[in-house]
Amino acid sequence: MNKQEFVQGNEACARGALYAGCRFFAGYPITPSSEIMEYLAREMPKVGGVCVQLEDEIASISAVIGASWGGVKAMTATSGPGFSLMQENIGYAAITETPCVIVDCQRWGPSTGQPTKAAQGDVMQARWGTHGDHPVIVLTASWVREVFEMTVLAFNLAEIYRVPVILLLDEVLAHLRENVTLPVAGELEVVERLEKTNGRMLNFGAGAHLMITGMAHDETGFPVQGEKAAQHLKRIVGKIEEHKERLMRYQGFYLDDADFLVVSYGITSRAVEAAVERLRAGGVPIGWLDLKILWPFPDKLIREIASHVKYILVPELNLGQLVREIERAAAGQAPVAHLGRVDGSLITPEEICKYVQDEVARVQRVCL
Amino acid sequence: MSTRQIRLTGAGGQGLVLAGIILAEAAMREGYNVAVAQSYGPEARLGASRAEVIISTEKIAYPQVDRPDLLLCLTQEAYDKYISNVGERALVLVDSGQVLVPNSNHLKPKVIALPLQRAAMEQIGSKLVTNVVALGALNALAGIVSWEHLAAAVAERTPQKYRAQNLKALDVGRALTGTASPA
Repeated sequence: MNKQEFVQGNEACARGALYAGCRFFAGYPITPSSEIMEYLAREMPKVGGVCVQLEDEIASISAVIGASWGGVKAMTATSGPGFSLMQENIGYAAITETPCVIVDCQRWGPSTGQPTKAAQGDVMQARWGTHGDHPVIVLTASWVREVFEMTVLAFNLAEIYRVPVILLLDEVLAHLRENVTLPVAGELEVVERLEKTNGRMLNFGAGAHLMITGMAHDETGFPVQGEKAAQHLKRIVGKIEEHKERLMRYQGFYLDDADFLVVSYGITSRAVEAAVERLRAGGVPIGWLDLKILWPFPDKLIREIASHVKYILVPELNLGQLVREIERAAAGQAPVAHLGRVDGSLITPEEICKYVQDEVARVQRVCL
Repeated sequence: MSTRQIRLTGAGGQGLVLAGIILAEAAMREGYNVAVAQSYGPEARLGASRAEVIISTEKIAYPQVDRPDLLLCLTQEAYDKYISNVGERALVLVDSGQVLVPNSNHLKPKVIALPLQRAAMEQIGSKLVTNVVALGALNALAGIVSWEHLAAAVAERTPQKYRAQNLKALDVGRALTGTASPA
């Protein structure tokens, strides 16, 4: 039976990984992600898995890719500085179609920045951090229970699409503790390695010669150039782009009669939820789109909603990242504004209420 | 709807996050929704540290404390930083041995100064339990959770070796309030 527990975000991530069948973790401790590894160092051996601390984040992602080709579901967790170091091999995972999960508990950056302060500044890095066109899936979460669910989903999508899946958390959610009822065995779907993947993935030791290379290659694994290289790239990017609609994860609130729309994700959605309830109670026709998947970006969804709202606000803990995609997708149908905060604190419900109320007043003046 | 916002402040190493966890776990045992957020600097010890506890009968959307109903300050730095952001009806508890509160009677909100660390050292023999002494005092002053649930949460979160000590610390904090007077 499900029971109420008091759980930290990072612990929920670690437990979600075990639930999803992760049996290999490699990492290098870094605030604010360290509790994920701390938990797995203790619990992974109990389920016959391996948790190893390596010399840095480059070795960690390398070991994760190796473990995945060894036939095991594998994950690493880090924060901004470590995520930067992992970028090259995230590209290697993409071109070799290696299922793996990378958790990035975002902190204030760039560089060492403010290790203990929250940010949402890695949104673009998660999509474009490694060079070249490449496929990637980026998920996010706002609640401790959701961290668990999205970690499981990250593993499932990694197996189905054979891509690196990035889970973007942040310092506040990583360290937040709440009372939750976590899923019990069988409650969430878990996609197993060999059963449901597109194109069965053989692993080292399975009896076949494996040719795994970061070079452009064809289905035999040998390097190719020219049109065949183009085909390779288009196929691995296409397997995500073509399934965009199926991958969409979001929640919409009051979208039917909204004049003003707030689009948010991650920890910022907690402030938006509080603000939206207050604004609605005050008679403001506000709607809210809470994004759970950031990449592939839900262009079509934003385009449709933008066609029937008067104004879109995007609060983020950065100087303007996802807002650029929203503005692009809205394509001029509605003005898009950004409410950014980069002092290390969260955007508060009051800030959002005030911003929206000022904007409502301004629009009403213009209409009069 | 009933929601309490509690901010526990002081220095890293004083066990403020643990105190927040204990308080929240006690409240959870009583059926409340709880959230504990923490904030600290890059130092391992002694930087400014705070824990924020929200206890509510409702779903807790925004997980950080906005204006606390209860504020605990174990250092002068914490008091100076956080005293301006409390409601007029808030209750503020400070460690009288660490925090100088400017004089007094007309002060709003109400500030109560108790020798939390001194009591921990003199009556338990360790300043490490100051956080639990403070919890005892805070709960006596504000009636946050039942003593039964608070003691159970303390017991669960402390190693066997220090359990009796910490349970006693809770009583010491509770007894301190018997002589409490406005600072």
